[in-house]
Amino acid sequence: MLELKNITYEVEDNHDNKEILKDVSVTIDDHFVAITGPNGGGKSTLAKMIAGIIKPTSGQILLDGEDITDMNITERANKGISFAFQQPVHFKGLTVKDMITIAAGKDMSVTDICSILSEVGLCARDYIDREINSSLSGGELKRIEIAMIAARGTKMSIFDEPEAGIDLWSFNSLIKVFEKMRDEINGTILIISHQERILNIADKIIVIADGQLKQVGTREEVLPTLLDKAETCQTLVDKM
Amino acid sequence: MDLVQKNLLEQVAGLHEIPEGAYNIRANGGKLARNTTANIDIVSKTDKDGIDIIIKPGTVNESVHIPVLLSQSGLQECVYNDFFIGEGADVTIVAGCGIHNCGVDTSKHDGIHTFYLEKNAKVRYIERHYGEGDGNGENIMNPQTIVHLKEGSHMEMETTQIKGIDSTVRVTRGDLAEGASIEIHEKIMTHGKQYAKTDFAVDLNGDNTSCNLVSRSVAKGESKQEFSSIMNGNAACAGHSECDAIIMDHGCVTASPQLTANSIEANLIHEAAIGKIAGEQLIKLMTLGLTEKEAEEQIINGFLK
Repeated sequence: MLELKNITYEVEDNHDNKEILKDVSVTIDDHFVAITGPNGGGKSTLAKMIAGIIKPTSGQILLDGEDITDMNITERANKGISFAFQQPVHFKGLTVKDMITIAAGKDMSVTDICSILSEVGLCARDYIDREINSSLSGGELKRIEIAMIAARGTKMSIFDEPEAGIDLWSFNSLIKVFEKMRDEINGTILIISHQERILNIADKIIVIADGQLKQVGTREEVLPTLLDKAETCQTLVDKM
Repeated sequence: MDLVQKNLLEQVAGLHEIPEGAYNIRANGGKLARNTTANIDIVSKTDKDGIDIIIKPGTVNESVHIPVLLSQSGLQECVYNDFFIGEGADVTIVAGCGIHNCGVDTSKHDGIHTFYLEKNAKVRYIERHYGEGDGNGENIMNPQTIVHLKEGSHMEMETTQIKGIDSTVRVTRGDLAEGASIEIHEKIMTHGKQYAKTDFAVDLNGDNTSCNLVSRSVAKGESKQEFSSIMNGNAACAGHSECDAIIMDHGCVTASPQLTANSIEANLIHEAAIGKIAGEQLIKLMTLGLTEKEAEEQIINGFLK
């Protein structure tokens, strides 16, 4: 269970303090939770804050009751938080095998890596020795990014807009990966997404706009309001 | 061989014992061991220090090891090794120099390697440099590799210098006749106050020649590196050079590529990138549970792999 208590995040912008997140409090204890809302509303900031990449200006983050607010990225990773980047990072010289092995935190046999890669729809033979660089397509990098999270198998897996930067065809097959993960992974999956198909399989949907928590509820409660209230979520409606 | 020499041999040649096949092990300025085969002859030079390695035409799947070990502090030497690779031969040559300097004097090995590749010959040349020591003596290596490639021949060079060499100037010269190609992969890591310079020049003289030079380096501490490459495209050729460097602490890297196209059919490309480790790479690895230091090590190991 993850609890965010009165999370505020301010940055200095032309000598003015700009509030990116304003007093956000929410508890995440369901199996599959989606965060949605317009671009620039603070979703990614919130995800990075949970992973420890950004420190809140004020507020508290609790993981299973333990205060992790002052823990660094590594400590949080070892407490069981995984984070899939929106833009996968390139590495010169590090291969898919290296990264999956690092993610798993133990030596992995080719068979182990193969089964992880096949979970995200990649054939291990073609990818295992490939470098994580621009020779891989956006869709391939995203899948490898997700495979790393699967290899860790932690209690909290965060995905920041897995649909961003990939074509629709790739995304359609990626959806299946998440549907499978939903059924197979224990622990919580927290996914930032604009995609209706992702929101449709969420147990809980959190809407964040203008740095504020606008709505929390089941998909039956939240989805209809998103589609009706065009003014709160124009971007989302556009994307759907 | 004593323990120090055995360790050096392992570092520069990956060998635990005396190798199979042809070899010449030079230790502290003299011949320690030599073996020739039916196809590979090794002959000491009479006019200067060094050896001639003569490989018969058509020799395939054979290898030559010529490691040099310096464990006596203050030893300084200049060695000339010439390689004659017969037509159609396909061989692997492993050279390398390891210095163990536990004294206060400067140890220095300058190796001048000249390769003559006959038509359609293929060579894979691996060179490793390694230095160690607990004294204050400096370890200096100045390798020169001169490559003459005849029609259709191919040379692959892998050079590695990871540790312990205080100063190095690596000179590589090449000339290529029609259809010849050369591929060079260089890896350097410097730390402390070390200095390393790569001085590379190649003439692509024949049609359908190609050259690919990839240099990856890491400069830590107060160390300095210079990368200079000259590629002259004198015919219908393809040349590519790439210098990628990571700088850390107060390390400094200068890259000076130079491309000259003397033929309208020459196609030459240079890429250079110098910078610190990207913050997002560190963050990504930290989200996988590594500490910042472990993340840094992984990134550098991968980069120099």
